[in-house]
Amino acid sequence: MVKTPIRFTLNGSETALFVDGGANLLDTLRRGVGDLSPKYGCGQGTCGTCTVLIDGEPHLSCLTLAETAEGRSIETTNGLANGAELHPLQKAFMENFGAQCGYCTPGMLMAAKALLSKNPNPSREEIVEAISGNICRCTGYEPIIDAIMIAAGQLRGRVA
Amino acid sequence: MLTVETFDTLVQAASAMTPQSRYLGGGTLVMRGVNYGDQSFQRIVRVKDRSLREIRSEGGRIVIGAGATMANVMAASETAFLANVARQVGGPAVRNMATVGGNLFAEHPYGDFTTALLALDATVRLSDGSEQPIESFLSSRSSMRGLVASVSVPRPMGDEFRFRKVSRVKPKGVSVMSIAVWLPRQGGRISQARIAFGAMGATPLRAKSAEQALDGVNLDAQGIERALSVATTGLNPTDDSLASAWYRNEVAPVHLRRVLLGEESR
Amino acid sequence: MSSIEFRKDLFADERDDTLKEIGKPTIRQDILGHVTGRSPYFDDHLFDGLLHMRCVRSPHHHARIRSIDTSAADRMPGVRRVIRPEDVPNNLNTLLSLINFGKDDEALLQGKKVAYVGEPVVAIIAETERQARDAVAVVRVDYEVLPHVLDVEEALEPNAPVVSETYPNNTFDYHDLYDHQKLRFGDVDKGFAEADHIVEGRYQMSPIEQAPTETCGAIAAPETNNRFVCYTSTQALFFSLGTTAKLLNMPSSQLHFIGGTVGGGFGGKVDSLHEPLAVLGSKLTGAPVKFTFDRAEEMQVGAPRGAERWFIKDGVMNDGRIVARQFTGFFDSGAYTRLSSYAIIKGTGHLPGPYSIPNVASNVYCVYTNRTPATAMRGFGITGVDFSIECHMDKVAETVRMNPIELRILNSYRDGDMKAHRRLAKNTALIECCQVAAGKAKWPISADAAAQSSLQGGGGDRAIIPETVTDQAGRIGERRRSKIPTAPGEGATSKGRVAAGSSVAPIVAVPPQRDDMVIDPSRTGHRKAGAGPAVPPVQATPQAPPRYTPPTPAAPVQTIPSYTPPPAAPVVQPSQPAPAVQPPAPEPYQPSEPFQKGIKRPGVSRFISGTRRR
Repeated sequence: MVKTPIRFTLNGSETALFVDGGANLLDTLRRGVGDLSPKYGCGQGTCGTCTVLIDGEPHLSCLTLAETAEGRSIETTNGLANGAELHPLQKAFMENFGAQCGYCTPGMLMAAKALLSKNPNPSREEIVEAISGNICRCTGYEPIIDAIMIAAGQLRGRVA
Repeated sequence: MLTVETFDTLVQAASAMTPQSRYLGGGTLVMRGVNYGDQSFQRIVRVKDRSLREIRSEGGRIVIGAGATMANVMAASETAFLANVARQVGGPAVRNMATVGGNLFAEHPYGDFTTALLALDATVRLSDGSEQPIESFLSSRSSMRGLVASVSVPRPMGDEFRFRKVSRVKPKGVSVMSIAVWLPRQGGRISQARIAFGAMGATPLRAKSAEQALDGVNLDAQGIERALSVATTGLNPTDDSLASAWYRNEVAPVHLRRVLLGEESR
Repeated sequence: MSSIEFRKDLFADERDDTLKEIGKPTIRQDILGHVTGRSPYFDDHLFDGLLHMRCVRSPHHHARIRSIDTSAADRMPGVRRVIRPEDVPNNLNTLLSLINFGKDDEALLQGKKVAYVGEPVVAIIAETERQARDAVAVVRVDYEVLPHVLDVEEALEPNAPVVSETYPNNTFDYHDLYDHQKLRFGDVDKGFAEADHIVEGRYQMSPIEQAPTETCGAIAAPETNNRFVCYTSTQALFFSLGTTAKLLNMPSSQLHFIGGTVGGGFGGKVDSLHEPLAVLGSKLTGAPVKFTFDRAEEMQVGAPRGAERWFIKDGVMNDGRIVARQFTGFFDSGAYTRLSSYAIIKGTGHLPGPYSIPNVASNVYCVYTNRTPATAMRGFGITGVDFSIECHMDKVAETVRMNPIELRILNSYRDGDMKAHRRLAKNTALIECCQVAAGKAKWPISADAAAQSSLQGGGGDRAIIPETVTDQAGRIGERRRSKIPTAPGEGATSKGRVAAGSSVAPIVAVPPQRDDMVIDPSRTGHRKAGAGPAVPPVQATPQAPPRYTPPTPAAPVQTIPSYTPPPAAPVVQPSQPAPAVQPPAPEPYQPSEPFQKGIKRPGVSRFISGTRRR
């Protein structure tokens, strides 16, 4: 089988590997690189649990042809914490019941991070819009929205 | 077995297309086929040329590159009148990926953006430079050869252009139907209206009887009455998991009225 | 933030209010893994040389398989193994065989006749998922398409297509006797005759897919000593293990199952469809094998909460008292049994809802159709009929022009009332729920309704099992021969009567089989439970609604201290005449190879190791 070499930055680290023709970024990250934080939920762009940031913008890794990530910067939930120190979003999700089964959480965190990087003071409606491509089946959206609001407040406090 | 072929220009890519090839824009349609083992293609063709994403004014029209994403449409000042349409396509991640060119080929029940392009009487420009009106493009898209380079639309005036997507899941769901209308007015009366419905047929379709019934009327409850009564003439909805054809036909006039009169949806 | 209100003023004397955790915020023990993306779901285990399995699935609702040609798939690039139905060691199972309930009716891979769209026929293992999909696409199955049936009532017609050869009447066999689960309590016909109004309703719900974000799946890999490790999304680890042991004819000691981290389940991850095939694939290839649903399969093939259709007929007095209630229920089990047979037992025990109605009759059918097999989902067996009952209560309220909440309070069960399945109601709280809900909703209720209490007015003659009319209509196979009505009692050639009995102690339909299965009152948290019989002191309270009393009440037979269950029925099944035969002595258990380990007791599955869970 023809393999194609690709290089990208994953959570700040230079990464290079070979991929099969047609491989998507989700499988490439999970089985090729071993970053298991993005999850498979649908393979068709409806659930959002595979969401990663490419050059800071949320993308669905299951619908991203791995080769198109060449030379770009990818962020996943795996790189959200700074060593042992959790990101404020992670802390807020923990303390405010933002995750029950946890399967949608990596996608939610990435969607939320993309929002807060552009809009540090979002309204509830803006948060709803930002996570509208992410489906949660058990936690319920209210605690997730609460957690993002709280994390936004903490991040603003940190900057100030 | 799948192979990926990457080209510098769209013209090169177009000459490499075979019946076994699929052109990859943003990936939201092609990669779904890849992930689900679509056996109808074995080759993925892509182009690196970033200029395909450009959005610019050209004469009296706006030219939108086929590679422009929904996020690009929302961000560009030239396409401000289409921002509301682009915003209703998927969540932020989908909008960062899904392209205008891809939306032209999205099958039912997708293709909300194309519904808007149909109402705006867009022109589709292919890689060989030829152009065709969107209506004839849509009726022949399944058998077309060549690749789409861009679409161009006129810039509607004021509130002439309106769009509404009807879905069951809030804030984001797949279309039960989408409705786009372009209502040019002369002396307060509607002249040469265009009405397009999405998810009411295999491709977005015009409601031509309703368009004719709007000609020369005032945009009020009384004026639009006859148009509403023929709203679904020529449409061809099907049953799917979102709604039955019967339901779609029943509610289409209600939603069309709300769009025409600017009523809030309930 | 959402908030929870604790109404500790209600039933305060029934509990020690020493709760340490409940009502206080706490951080989930597993949430650090969730927010860091490190919680180990089944697919988060990396194996070198992982192979991928995909299934060839039926495109038809119902079709006989003439032949399966896998030769082209064998030659496809990357294909390691094609598994055909005959490769499954013990290719017939029913999930509840682990508790000895029902007949084996479902193949892991179907080689004879497919009975629903998506039924697996062949499994293919390849080096990549894409290669497995490409190979699936070239398998040729020659189908002879058969007529199908998709509606529960049509499936009961004498000439309906036979969905499953195991159950040729399209119904589950209850107690080896009837094609439905019966419940008889009192005499509904007499109740209807005396009622001021008859209120009838038909209710139904579609199948509901659990739609977990993580699709069902498993990865199996060889370990040492002939063991296989299996990482699975199952919600029922030992269920999946036992099912795998049975289908693969393997001792469960060779199976090392690891689960517990589930990306949403809601009941849809108990069917154990993936673990047996993944382990079999791993055994046949000697390599790690992943088998998982994609989203389309999860929605189409993954078992949903089954569709239900209910007919309810009530006899109601002008003052709102419901004096008779009759159910005819149909559960759409889909093509195979899975858990629907059990859902009906559970649902029947729930009838007639949380109300005290002196005459109740019910026939509930577990019907096979050519739809996706149904399975568990949050409260299955209860939710559908509860929806129907509560819709119907509103209809009754409209009929007698009564406040719907007051109607519920009037008919509500109270502590000490005899339920239709012959257990005394205890710890009842519907009245208080209605009162609080009315307050929250600012829905006015009368002072009398507001003064009612679940603790008062129950018991007494409401604790008596009434004289009960029985019938033997709907025996297994009868419906194939001629069309007979489905409603309780209808079509019966003769009816019997079971004498009224009274109760002074909680009645247990099935006595505990072992000493250690007797409930230890100290573990239930209810002080009352240990304080003797659960019958509360009978108090003549002026505001208690009189329960409907038949004009010629049967005298309680004081010599019958407790209900004696008929031998064949785990749930009350009054038969006529009263049972006289003793259950036959269970045959000595004959352990067979290779199940040398595990429990060797009659009535306990040999596929489960360890002690019975208490």
